Amino acid sequence: MAETKSFEQKLSRLDEIVRHLEKGDLPLSDSLALFEEGTGLLTDCSKMLEEAEQKVVKLRKGADRQPEELPFEDET
Amino acid sequence: MERQALSVTELNSYIKSRMDEDPRLLDLCVRGEISNYKVYPSGHHYFTLKDAESSLKCVMFKYNAVKLRFRPDNGMCVTAFGRVGVYLRDGVYQLTCSALMPEGAGDLQVAFEQLKAKLSQEGLFDPARKKPLPAFPKRIAIITSSAGAAVHDMIRILGQRWPMSKLILLPVRVQGVEAPPEIAGAIRYANEFQVADLIITGRGGGSLEDLWAFNDERVARAIYASRIPVISAVGHEPDVCISDYVADRRASTPSNAAEIAVPDKNEMRDTLEGYAIRSRQAMEKQLKSLGQRLESLRSKRVLTDPEVYLDNRRMDLDRFRDRLLAAQERQLSGKRQRFVKLGAALDAMSPLRVLSRGYTVSMNSRGETVKSVRDISAGDRLRLRFSDGQAECLVEHVEEGEEHGGNKEF
Repeated sequence: MAETKSFEQKLSRLDEIVRHLEKGDLPLSDSLALFEEGTGLLTDCSKMLEEAEQKVVKLRKGADRQPEELPFEDET
Repeated sequence: MERQALSVTELNSYIKSRMDEDPRLLDLCVRGEISNYKVYPSGHHYFTLKDAESSLKCVMFKYNAVKLRFRPDNGMCVTAFGRVGVYLRDGVYQLTCSALMPEGAGDLQVAFEQLKAKLSQEGLFDPARKKPLPAFPKRIAIITSSAGAAVHDMIRILGQRWPMSKLILLPVRVQGVEAPPEIAGAIRYANEFQVADLIITGRGGGSLEDLWAFNDERVARAIYASRIPVISAVGHEPDVCISDYVADRRASTPSNAAEIAVPDKNEMRDTLEGYAIRSRQAMEKQLKSLGQRLESLRSKRVLTDPEVYLDNRRMDLDRFRDRLLAAQERQLSGKRQRFVKLGAALDAMSPLRVLSRGYTVSMNSRGETVKSVRDISAGDRLRLRFSDGQAECLVEHVEEGEEHGGNKEF
């Protein structure tokens, strides 16, 4: 799967990239590579943000006290 | 009749002294409902006690207010202890309150204050022990009643703000004798199986008794022992429970807990947009600065117009050639002068010049110069060369003579 990195990791890498670019001390080819990576991360993050669907489960103690996830129906 | 007029101060002072003399007013116990409760920055508390027909101004100075074992609030029925006196400046009388006792909740209040003091002393509220909340929780354990507005509000707000967080509900009872062990047990269970990276526990508002589970020592200790950060979210804004003190973060309501727990999607969109703008600007800046460098290079004519460069090189070449030719010329002219001199010298030595002085050169029939009489015999034909012509001659007689020249002299 492409989504091996979490949103947080992507965001933190993005932050790092932007700071690097803003220093402006990189050769153009390196800057362009970083810019491309950053653009990719921005797309990924936006996609994760927009496509996320809330998951809600109810936890139940199953066999050997192991947690079991059950669908949750809002009882209100 | 002449009457002595009193000053206002004199009158108020007289009333004050009369009231101060009345022992009944110095040790009062008054029941009433609190209204207009205000805590001033000075630490003094001001409020009004009222019943259906009347009201009484009250003040509780800081040194007494700090001893309060509950938070007095509007609408609360209390018994106030103190004395009534006159406030000279305003000419009003007020109850100077030394203690307040809430009606009814007395036992619980005492228990609350005792537990709070005990746990505080043990260091359970130590700010240094509080764990930071994850910035982007992946899984949030919600420990509360599965019925009721609280869980509903939290799910809704968490979903609006940050749908990426998975919510894991651990339904528990939040009131009654079963509530404290269930809440504490759920917190321990969440830790044991690492079901989440953040816990929210709490319930909606209610009476002091309703919220009591969150003042339970077992719940407090379970929160303290949790390795997963805990947000306590009990009741409404003014309600403060033991769980609020011991949790890593206190939320004023369950909805507020949802706001604290996760970032906001809309704000994150702005953040991402900010990164996009910043990286674009950084690239543009770099490209612009490279462009300027390129421009300054381009302004050197070699790159704007290669022909000019070549022309210049051609001109250089021409100049080299000129220099080369000039050098050659100088060299040649030197040689020429030498040649002229040599020519003159040669001319001086030319046999023709000798001949012009009256000498002739003799050559045999083979054209060889005859240098000696021994080389000729009578009857030979000789060609005599004069400076202005030649003549054929016949040798009639050969006679050897003394040799001229310097050789003999050596």
